[in-house]
Amino acid sequence: MSALQTDDYRTQYTLETFSFLPDLTADEIFDQVVYIINQGWTPSIEHDKPENAAAHYWGMWKLPFFGMRDPMEVLSEIEACRQAYPDHLIRLVGYDNYTQCQGHNFVVYRPRGM
Amino acid sequence: MANQTFDAGVKDYQLTYWVPDYVPLDTDLLACFKVVPQEGVPREEAAAAVAAESSTGTWTTVWTDLLTDMEYYKGRAYRIEDVPGDKEAFYAFIAYPLDLFEEGSVVNVLTSLVGNVFGFKAVRSLRLEDLRFPVAYIKTCMGPPSGIQVERDKLNKYGRPMLGATIKPKLGLSAKNYGRAVYECLRGGLDLTKDDENVNSQPFMRWQNRFEFVAEAVHKATDETGERKGHYLNVTAPDSEQMLERAEFAKELGMPIIMHDFLTAGFTANTSLAKWCRKNGVLLHIHRAMHAVIDRNPRHGIHFRVLAKCLRLSGGDHLHTGTVVGKLEGDRASTLGFVDQLREAFVPEDRSRGVFFDQDWGSMPGVFAVASGGIHVWHMPALVNIFGDDSVLQFGGGTQGHPGGNAAGAAANRVALEACVKARNEGRDLEREGGDILRDAARHSKELAVALETWKEIKFEFDTVDKLDA
Repeated sequence: MSALQTDDYRTQYTLETFSFLPDLTADEIFDQVVYIINQGWTPSIEHDKPENAAAHYWGMWKLPFFGMRDPMEVLSEIEACRQAYPDHLIRLVGYDNYTQCQGHNFVVYRPRGM
Repeated sequence: MANQTFDAGVKDYQLTYWVPDYVPLDTDLLACFKVVPQEGVPREEAAAAVAAESSTGTWTTVWTDLLTDMEYYKGRAYRIEDVPGDKEAFYAFIAYPLDLFEEGSVVNVLTSLVGNVFGFKAVRSLRLEDLRFPVAYIKTCMGPPSGIQVERDKLNKYGRPMLGATIKPKLGLSAKNYGRAVYECLRGGLDLTKDDENVNSQPFMRWQNRFEFVAEAVHKATDETGERKGHYLNVTAPDSEQMLERAEFAKELGMPIIMHDFLTAGFTANTSLAKWCRKNGVLLHIHRAMHAVIDRNPRHGIHFRVLAKCLRLSGGDHLHTGTVVGKLEGDRASTLGFVDQLREAFVPEDRSRGVFFDQDWGSMPGVFAVASGGIHVWHMPALVNIFGDDSVLQFGGGTQGHPGGNAAGAAANRVALEACVKARNEGRDLEREGGDILRDAARHSKELAVALETWKEIKFEFDTVDKLDA
């Protein structure tokens, strides 16, 4: 039996979609923003303290960005949110008004130590 | 009609029930049967016989026919078509007036449409291919207790298919060891685990014990991972009272989802359970044991697309649909045809997918398609491509057969899933580049690397994918 097969598996504290991948780079986040916009969804940013991560509702950063078509604007809003709340988790949401559901939702920023 | 007289005896069915100039009403329930008539029976007569026997007709005229308006209540065979590739069989299209069916009862619809008529002598074999439920009828059924959108909101799962596994071995584990297997899968990264359909309340593991140990496993995994987790607790039982008792206990334990076998248990039990789930805010996973007995023979029985439609009306939040991977193109198109019936608000007629009628689902919630059985990480790109986000991909052996155990196996599948979703969103072709996407993802996941080594790489079928959209 190889060493790999006997490794201990440590439970990870994860945050749903994309949390089993390495942290997304700015370029990779850009691609997901493009995807959200191209689906006709509305990008939105939420943030909260790590201890509130399991709650359905996080704080909302401004209003959802209705009509925003430029992915760079979304990225700069993420950056503005990060500067305002450096110790908060931040996630990007894509609101789908047809299904009345969120089409996408993943964490884009974890504070140090998370 | 006052001027009718009673003419006793046997009349040709087609005199009454073959109405080729009939234009179906929006409120009619429409059916398409594949009919193989007995030798010497004309198609029109066979089609009319099916219409008669599945609605108002009896083999002989009776005087009481004249006490009602048979023209209003009768089913009408209104169209006949050849079946491609089968010279003996033909399609018969029949329209039934809405008043023939009790409101909110798929039981009543099926008892009429696939009742005595299936043993009828004038036809050699008979298959119900498709049904068009009028919106007026759909609005009398409750449908899925929660539906796709509510389930996503409750479980906090967005932008991707959900990941599950059936706990193995399917029979014989003690309740405590079973809960261990659940805990390991969930802590490793699965969203949901599942009781096998055979697991009810056997001597080696009574249901109360299973529910208690599984509940502890679900709660612990939820707390430790920070993600919402669930296990489909199978409440299928010998009688409806015990079924509801098990459902109540699952709710008391704070479990988000239970499961039921809709065909072996029957539509009456299923509809009652779905109503209980709506009332109590519990999600309902539906397994389909016995379906192949009914839907596998191409000339006799009921196509699964009809059973799937009936389930959406009776109520369920998930339904097994098969996995498609490795199957023929026709199977794939046909599966996507009934997956649409589970999830969409409107499905247009599309013969290339086996859809015979436009189907408007009104505002009825959608049902997650469940792909389960015989699949492993190498199938992930194809599964994400075929089933899309509103599905549950279940890797039983593909999780618990991992050399590092359930948790490592779960992590491997989760990494593979997320890598595929991310690549799809970036515009990459999953079925063409699937191998590369998985191998890249394995560079940062030992668990996935081991899984890719353990299971044999499958052939990525470029041609098949290209044909789909043609």
